[in-house]
Amino acid sequence: MAQAPIPGDGRRAAGLLAPAYLWLTLAVFLPLSAMLFFSFLTAAPFGTESPRATLENYRDFFETPTYALLLWKSIRLGLWVTLLCVLIGFPCALVLARQIRGRAREALFLLVILPFWSNSLVRVFSWAIVLRGNGVLDRTLDALLPFDVRLGLMFTPAAVVIGLVHSYLPYVILTSYLALQAIEDDIFDAARALGAGRITILRRLILPLSLPGLIAGAVLVFVPVVGSFMEPRILGGRFGTYFGTVIEDQFVAVFNWPLGAALSFILLAVVLAILGLSSPVLRRGLT
Amino acid sequence: MTRHLLLTSLLALAAGSATADEIRVLNWQGYGTDLDWAVEAYAAATGNTVLHEYFTSEQEMLTKLRTNPGAYDVVLINAAFTRQAKDEGLIGPIDTTSMTNFENISNGFTTDSELVIEDAVYGVPWTWGLTSFAINTNAFETAPDTIQVFWDPAHKGRVSIRDDALEAVQFGALATGQNINDVKDLDSVEKKLNELMPQIRTFWSSENDWNQYMAADELDLATYWSGSAARSADMGLPVAFVVPKEGAVAWLDGLSIPASSTHKDAATQFIDWMIDPDFYTRWDAEGAPASANAAAAEALADTSFNKRVLGDPDVVARVQFQKPVDDATRETYLELWQGLKARQ
Repeated sequence: MAQAPIPGDGRRAAGLLAPAYLWLTLAVFLPLSAMLFFSFLTAAPFGTESPRATLENYRDFFETPTYALLLWKSIRLGLWVTLLCVLIGFPCALVLARQIRGRAREALFLLVILPFWSNSLVRVFSWAIVLRGNGVLDRTLDALLPFDVRLGLMFTPAAVVIGLVHSYLPYVILTSYLALQAIEDDIFDAARALGAGRITILRRLILPLSLPGLIAGAVLVFVPVVGSFMEPRILGGRFGTYFGTVIEDQFVAVFNWPLGAALSFILLAVVLAILGLSSPVLRRGLT
Repeated sequence: MTRHLLLTSLLALAAGSATADEIRVLNWQGYGTDLDWAVEAYAAATGNTVLHEYFTSEQEMLTKLRTNPGAYDVVLINAAFTRQAKDEGLIGPIDTTSMTNFENISNGFTTDSELVIEDAVYGVPWTWGLTSFAINTNAFETAPDTIQVFWDPAHKGRVSIRDDALEAVQFGALATGQNINDVKDLDSVEKKLNELMPQIRTFWSSENDWNQYMAADELDLATYWSGSAARSADMGLPVAFVVPKEGAVAWLDGLSIPASSTHKDAATQFIDWMIDPDFYTRWDAEGAPASANAAAAEALADTSFNKRVLGDPDVVARVQFQKPVDDATRETYLELWQGLKARQ
């Protein structure tokens, strides 16, 4: 890979990269900096009064124990959902990549991606119909089982986890699949020839070699789930208050944009800190 | 006959203006001003057309007024927010001399309300109603007469209240026998609400939510608004509105004209039509809150929910009208409510 750069390459690269960076500036950097700006104001700059600069929104977070409690709840939710996505998604990807060939694989792939084509709100509402008392799930189980079934899943933390796992599972499957597919078949033949059993192959070869994909998937799941608000609000009932829903409230119900922005940036900082702290582990996995 | 009356009264209103205007109304969606037949009747009589824009919270309404000066001609403002809107210079005084129905508005609403400030009318009293609760009639043999039924273990996991800090605290204030506008013992309210939490199935946030949960038989009882209860019952849901002996929160909605409106005459005409008995009796048949216009309320059939329940002097004596809430109090309530929800 380490080749001497050809003269003029830098300029060409800059030219080719410019659209991407322009897009990043427009779509990510500008809105984010506007929010960062809001988070240091006393009020959203709409009214007749001009807002003053303040640190109070950030101080609020540290002075109100509620926010820390909610943040912890959200992180725990993120860890649960990520764990379940990995436990379900990785075996799925393994089967897809190593066992199934040809058309069947294409069809299964389509089934994995299909939920992504529908609006996420529609998906969550479908879950509400399935999970609610006397809903699709209850009735089906009732018809199949001889005894009376009342799961009562709707409006519980379990319902939130189910909805989120369903929404984010494809990320883990797709990233793991790509990593698994890249492993050469010869390696397995070699391992088998040297007397390695299935478990050893899984533990010593498949897992380490596909770890980068698995970790990328886990990060893709964890980050948005910590800030999720729609699924908890619709499926969680009285348990559905998380850090994300409180941020949403600040923007939609209470109209305290500065506080909402400050809470968002605290969330961003905490998520980055978590990723930073785990980066030695992640880096080892990615190389 | 009604139709004829309606048109003549509108024509009388229209005599003043010759040119056609387009007025923009800012309101909750599905709240009276955007009824097709009402807008059509107004257009037919005055030649003016009506466009609507909606908000989903009072804060959003205020933000829209602040950010879009000149965009609206009529805005619905809850009486608890009218003074704030006036103080910010968002709405202007309304000249009621050209209105034919203004004199029929109940005295209580014009003299003793937050809508008339220093003898100038900043909001025309339009509708009022109660925030109390409604029961699923299938779950009760006789309707309860006390708010304490929310804490009854028999209904554990079958109750709901709205996800709103102010409403929740005022609900707790009623349950602990306090004045909703001056909550002295906030700790007992918090304790009471904390005991309510395990009873709650979910929170509701819109009328649509409420109807869905009731239709899916998720709830036995839930806090609700009187006008919405009438609409839900009208849709065929097994719902009965209850005003318990502890009382209920009453609110008053007024129609105001933004100071920046460029069609003030047309807006005044529209408001006059909105408080017209002809408009109201027809709206009531489809499920409306109570009218602030005494003549309109009188014109209702005796079987109408608004005349039967809200016209009952015993009920009126029990209600507490909601006063403006300052920002600091609002903040305190919000913190209390978020804290309660977070600990679930």
